[in-house]
Amino acid sequence: MGQIRLKFFARYAELVGAEERELSVALPATVADVVRLARDEIPGAAALPERPLAAVNLRHVRLDAPVADGDEVALLPPLAGG
Amino acid sequence: MLSKDPISPAALLAEVAAPELGGTCLFLGTVRDGPEDSGITGIEYSAYEAMAMAEVQWILGEARRRWPATRIAVRHRLGLVATEEASIGIAAAAPHRDEAFAACRYVIEQVKQRLPVWKKELRADGSVLWVDPQGRPAVVGPA
Repeated sequence: MGQIRLKFFARYAELVGAEERELSVALPATVADVVRLARDEIPGAAALPERPLAAVNLRHVRLDAPVADGDEVALLPPLAGG
Repeated sequence: MLSKDPISPAALLAEVAAPELGGTCLFLGTVRDGPEDSGITGIEYSAYEAMAMAEVQWILGEARRRWPATRIAVRHRLGLVATEEASIGIAAAAPHRDEAFAACRYVIEQVKQRLPVWKKELRADGSVLWVDPQGRPAVVGPA
């Protein structure tokens, strides 16, 4: 099993009611697996999109990117900087 | 790079100034309340700060590789920014104007696509909206 620190921002943080949650995932796993598990297990997270933008350890990644024990996975609402 | 304080164009220009750089481009993005925006009084900006700092450094690195002689400075506001105030400022200085315009344009376009920053519009009628530039804003209720 791997321990993932999952971070939520902006509207997603409001939907989940938290900015951060720990999640145990069976490895090997991808970001998509983490999103699926989060939507199933974390209260409020079922309202998140099935295919959100995501980052692992501060870098944008695709949903098929692998995750490792100790990774910080962030689910990002549509970006609106500038 | 991220700041809750107002953006100073003079400070940005001073950061990039150098004797050999003869063209400087300054871009300011300001909070807009256009005719189609129904009374925006301000925008609350938030960010995934650690990632935003890292992402800006990647963007600046890319710009410096493409236009090696340029100097570039960027500030992005966080927190509440009132209408007409700048939410982002970018200064790019280069030996000649073509590189200055190109580098400045590159940085703002990449920031728009890649920076993990979000904005919540505050409207005169008391409503609050998360902005999705790709779609319709999501109404989240009264302020």
